[in-house]
Amino acid sequence: MSAPNATTVGQTADALPPPPPREPRRSAVRRALRTAPWTAQLGLLVILAYVFVAIFAPVLTPYGESEVVGSEFEPWGTPFLLGTDNLGRDTLTRLLYGARNTIGIALVTTCLAFLIGGIGGILAAVFSGWIDQGLSRLVDILMAIPQLIFALLLLTIFGTSIPVLIAIIAVLDSTRVFRLARAVSFNVAVMDFVEAARLRGEGIGWITIREVLPNIMPPLVAEFGLRFCFVFLTIAALSFLGLGIQPPTADWGSMVRDNATLITYGDITPLLPAAAIALLTVAVNFVVDWFLHKASGLRDER
Amino acid sequence: MGAIGKIVAQRLALGLIVLFAVSLIIFLGVELLPGDLAQEILGQAATPETVAAFRRELGLDLPPHTRYVQWLGGVLQGDFGTSLANKREIAELIGVRLANTLFLALVAALIAVPVALALGILAALYRNSFYDRLVNVVTLSSISFPEFFIAYILILFFSVKTGWFPSLSNVSPDTPFWERVYQCLLPALTLTLVVVAYMMRMTRAAIIGLLASPYIEMANLKGLKRSHVILRHALPNAWAPIANVIAINLAYLIVGVVVVEVVFVYPGLGQLIVDSVQKRDIPVVQACSLIFAATYIVLNLTADVVSIVTNPRLLHPR
Amino acid sequence: MSELKKLERLLSRGEISRRDFLARVSALGLGAAVPSLFGGTASAATPKRGGHFKWGIAAGSTTDSLDPATYADGYMQTVGHGIHGFLMEVDTESKAIPELAETVEPTPDAKVWTITLRQGLEFHNGKSVEAEDVIASYNHHRGEDSKSAAKGVVDQIEDIKADGKHVVVFTLTGGNADFPYIMTDYHLPVMPAQDGKVDPSSGIGAGAMKLKRYEPGVNTELERNENYWKQGRGHFDSAEVLAIKDVAARTNALTTGQIHAMDRCDLKTVHLLKRNNDIEVTQITGTQHYTMAMHTDVAPYDNNHVRLALKLGIDREQIVKTVLRGYGEVANDHPISPANRFFNKDLEQRAYDPEQAKFHLKKAGMTSLKVDLSAADAAFAGAVDAAVLYKEQAAKAGIEINVVREPNDGYWSNVWLVKPFTMVFWGGRPTEDWMFSIAYAEGANWNDSHWSHKRFNELLVAARAELDDSKRRNMYYEMQQIVRDDGGVIVPMYASYVNALSTKVGHGTIGSNWDLDGLRSLERWWLES
Repeated sequence: MSAPNATTVGQTADALPPPPPREPRRSAVRRALRTAPWTAQLGLLVILAYVFVAIFAPVLTPYGESEVVGSEFEPWGTPFLLGTDNLGRDTLTRLLYGARNTIGIALVTTCLAFLIGGIGGILAAVFSGWIDQGLSRLVDILMAIPQLIFALLLLTIFGTSIPVLIAIIAVLDSTRVFRLARAVSFNVAVMDFVEAARLRGEGIGWITIREVLPNIMPPLVAEFGLRFCFVFLTIAALSFLGLGIQPPTADWGSMVRDNATLITYGDITPLLPAAAIALLTVAVNFVVDWFLHKASGLRDER
Repeated sequence: MGAIGKIVAQRLALGLIVLFAVSLIIFLGVELLPGDLAQEILGQAATPETVAAFRRELGLDLPPHTRYVQWLGGVLQGDFGTSLANKREIAELIGVRLANTLFLALVAALIAVPVALALGILAALYRNSFYDRLVNVVTLSSISFPEFFIAYILILFFSVKTGWFPSLSNVSPDTPFWERVYQCLLPALTLTLVVVAYMMRMTRAAIIGLLASPYIEMANLKGLKRSHVILRHALPNAWAPIANVIAINLAYLIVGVVVVEVVFVYPGLGQLIVDSVQKRDIPVVQACSLIFAATYIVLNLTADVVSIVTNPRLLHPR
Repeated sequence: MSELKKLERLLSRGEISRRDFLARVSALGLGAAVPSLFGGTASAATPKRGGHFKWGIAAGSTTDSLDPATYADGYMQTVGHGIHGFLMEVDTESKAIPELAETVEPTPDAKVWTITLRQGLEFHNGKSVEAEDVIASYNHHRGEDSKSAAKGVVDQIEDIKADGKHVVVFTLTGGNADFPYIMTDYHLPVMPAQDGKVDPSSGIGAGAMKLKRYEPGVNTELERNENYWKQGRGHFDSAEVLAIKDVAARTNALTTGQIHAMDRCDLKTVHLLKRNNDIEVTQITGTQHYTMAMHTDVAPYDNNHVRLALKLGIDREQIVKTVLRGYGEVANDHPISPANRFFNKDLEQRAYDPEQAKFHLKKAGMTSLKVDLSAADAAFAGAVDAAVLYKEQAAKAGIEINVVREPNDGYWSNVWLVKPFTMVFWGGRPTEDWMFSIAYAEGANWNDSHWSHKRFNELLVAARAELDDSKRRNMYYEMQQIVRDDGGVIVPMYASYVNALSTKVGHGTIGSNWDLDGLRSLERWWLES
C-alpha cells in the first residue's frame, strides 16, 4: 500500500521507543530544564532574549524604524551606538526592529509550513489510499519545480508584500515537511500500539492526536530547527534577486544584502545582522538537539 | 532485482507525468506574469506599434492554449524550439550551460559529501563532546549566512587578500580541465559551506536515532568498539535517510545556485532561467524547468534505489 | 611610484595645478625625478597599441541579441560600438562629427540631408561600405513590421535614396537641424546589405573590433580589425566584455586585476575604492537624469499650483547627497543637462522651500495635499530611497506623500506611463530637440506627464528646423523655462556615471553623451604596457 518513496525517510522513526510514562507536566519541565546540558540552557536563554527584543522593540529603540535621524554612515559611538546606515537611519534601531520583523516572519512561515505539511503528511499516512496518492503526487510536482524559480514566478504574479512572501515560502517549504511527516507517520501507523488502539475502536482523530503525533514529533522538531533558519536564507536569496522584503521595513536578510559590499573593504557592519541570524540558528538547534537526545531515549555514557 | 526494476519503471512513468504537470504549471505561471516578451525586451523604449509587430512575428498574438499545444508538439518530437528573444536553438543555448552547472555541482559534491559524512559520523561517535558542539556551531553558523555573503567573505580572503584564487569563474568551453577545476573551487567551496551543515546534521541524527535500537544495544553489550558499532552496525541502516538527504542537496547544487553564479559570474543554467523569466522567454524557461525537474526526479529515484539496496526489507512494506 | 602616478594623472586631467603637482612631488621626496616626469606626462596621453582589454559591465542578459534594434543597455551598446561603424559619431566635446560619412549637407529648411560616404571603407567580411548598406541598415528599423526600439527615431525619415554608390539622400517629414545627432543613435549602425536586406545578427560591421565569440549575458570576445581606417583609434589587439551584474563581483574582479575597467561603482563604498592607488575612479555628469512624472491631465496634478508645490517640496541637495552620495548634480525641473549644448545657464535654480510650497497649495485652494508616488528600484538604483526621503521633506510643506512600492519586474510596462505619479529614469539624449520631442511634446509616446503646452509645442517645431545656433539657443532657453515652471515633471537630479579603471588603462577626455566614454571605450581606450 505504501508508495516506495514513503519508505525512504522514515528510518529514524524505526528506532523510536514507545512513549515514556507520563509524569506531572510542570515538575517534569522544571526537572528537565535543571538537568539540561549547558548548551540547551544557553540556547533557551538566547531565544528568550530574542523574543523579548522582538516584542519590546518599539520601547527599547530610541528612534523610529525608518526615521532618518542623522547624516548617512555616521561612525559607531554616541549618539548612534552602531552608527547610521546609507540613509542616515540608526543601525541599532533597525537591528532591533529587524529582530521583530525577521523572527516574526520566519516563525509564522515555518509554523504555517509545518501546519500544512504536517497535517497533510499525517492525513496521507493515516488514511492512505487515494488521499495519500493525490497529496503525494501534488507534492512530487511542487518539489520538482525549482523552488527559487517558483518563488520568482509567484512573487512577480502576486507582488512582494509580506503576507504573500510568507504564504509562498510556507507552501514551498511545506512540501518538505509533508514528505517527512508522511514517512514517519507511516512507520508509526503500522506499529502494534496503533493497531491495538484501532482494534479498541478508537476514532481516527484520537489515534492521530494521542498515538501518532507524539511519536512523530522528534524528527519533525529536528526539521523545524533547520527549516526555521532556511526561511531567513530564502528571504535573503530573494532579496539578492530584488524580490525580498521591501524597504523601508527592517529585516536582517535585506540588511546583510544592503551593506554586503562593505565586507570587501573589511568593514564589519554587514556581519552584525548575519551574526544575529547565526546566533539564533545555533541557539534553536541546541535546544532541538537536547530535545532529540531526550526523545531518542539514549543515556549519556559519560 | 526484478522487483527493483519494476519500481524504477513505475517511478519513471510517474516522472513523465510529473514533467508534464510541471511544464503546464510553468507555462501558466509565465503567462500570468504581467507583460510579455515584446514589452520586456523593448522596456522603456516600447511603443504600441513595435510591441504589436514583435508579437505578430513571434506568434505571441495567438491564444495561450494554441501556443502551449504547439510547444508540446515540438517537445514530443524532441524539438525544444528556439529562444524567442534571440532565436538561438535552445539545445545549443542550454547545452554548454548545463555542462557548466553539472560540473560545478560535481566539484561541490565531491568536496561536500565526504566532508559532511565524515563530520556527521564523527559527531555521532563523539556526540555531546566538545568536538560535536564545535562542528555543530560552525556548520550552523555557516548556513546562517546568506550564500552571497559567504561568497564575499571567501573572495575577500582567498582572492582579494591572498590572490590564491580568481574572484571570477567565467569559464568558457575551451578552458582546460584543471584550469576549470581551479576556477570552480571558490564557488564550489561556497556551495559546500551551504550544504554541509544540513547533510552533516541529518547524518548525525540518522545514526543517533539508531543507537537506541536493541541490536545496537546488543552490539554495545558485546563490548564492541564504539567506532566499530557505528560504522558496521548503525551506518548501513542509516543509509536510507542519508541517501535521501544527499539527493536533496545534490538537487540543490544543480537547481539552486543562481546566487553563486551571479557572484562568481559563472555561466550556468541559473542565470539563464532568471533572465528568461524576467524577459518572459517561455521556451527557455520551459526547457530549463524540465531539466531541473528531471534532475530532481532522477536523483530522488536514485536515493530510493540506494535505500532499497542497502535495506532490502524496504521492498516489502509491512 | 604609484603615488607619483596618481599625481601625474591628476595633473594630466587638470584636477591639480602644475604648482600643486610640484609641491606634492617634492613632498614625496621625488623632486629630482620631476624634469623627466613632465615628458612622461605628455607621452602618457599617447595611445599604445596592443594588449588584451577586459571590461566588466553591469548589464547584459542571456536574452540579448546582436540585432541593434534590440540593444537595451550599456553592454550591447558598448559591444555594438566596438564592432560597428555609424554614419556620425559624437566626439568628446559632445559635437556630432562624421564617421562613415565624409560630408553631411542639409537643405536650408533642414528637410533633405545629403550624406557622402567615405571611400574605400570595408566591413569585416571585406565588402565595401556603400549607399545600399546604409539604406538597408536604416530600413531595418523602419516600416510597418519594425520591432525596433529605434522606430520612434527613424519615423521622421520619409524616404532614403541612393545617388550613386557613395551618396545617400535622406528626406525627412519635417526640418530637423539635429539630424546629424539622430545618425549617431546606438541602434543605427551601418551593416552590410545583401539584396537590400541586412542580417542584423551576423555581428559583421565596420568597427574597430571584429566579433570572435558571443555568448549572450556572459561575455563577448573581440579581436582587432586589422583593416580599421580611423586614425588614432582602435588600439587593443583583443578585448573581452564581461557581463557582471553584481557590483561586489565587479569591484573584486577589478581590484584583483581580472578586469581592467568596471562601470557603476557602488556609491556606498566608492570612497574606499578611491584609496586604491592602482585604480582611477571616473565621474562624468552627462545627460542622465532621474525624474518624477505626474499626469497633468488628472487631479490634483492638473493644477499648476499643485505641481509647483510638489516641485518646491523636494530638497534636491539632500537627495543628491544621500541617494547619489554626491555623485550627481541638482537639476532644475527640466531635462536639459549642462552636458547639452543649449543648457540654460541663466535659469534660476529652484530650491527647497516648504513655505513657498504651502503658499502655492493655498493658491490651489488646499490646506493639505495627499498623493501616491509609485516607486521601485527598477526605475533607478535608489529610487525607493529617494521617494522615502522626498516623503519626509514634503511633509514639512503639508504634503503627505504615500510611497507605493511597485514590483521591479514589469515596472516599465505596468507602472511607468500608467500610474499618475511615478519615479522615472532617463538616460537623456544628446540634443535638446530629441529629449523634448520624445517626452515633452504633445502626444509623444513617452510623454509621461501627459503634458501639453501650446507655446512649447510651437517653439519645438520652429527650433527643430532652425539652423542658426543663436536663434535656436534663445528658443531652447525659453522652452527650458516653460518646462521648469509649468511642466508635469519634477527633475531633482542629474546622476553622474561613476566608473572605475585600472591605472593600466589609458584614455583621453571621456565623452559625456553616454556612459562608458560615449559607448566608444573599445576604440578610444588603450592599455599602457
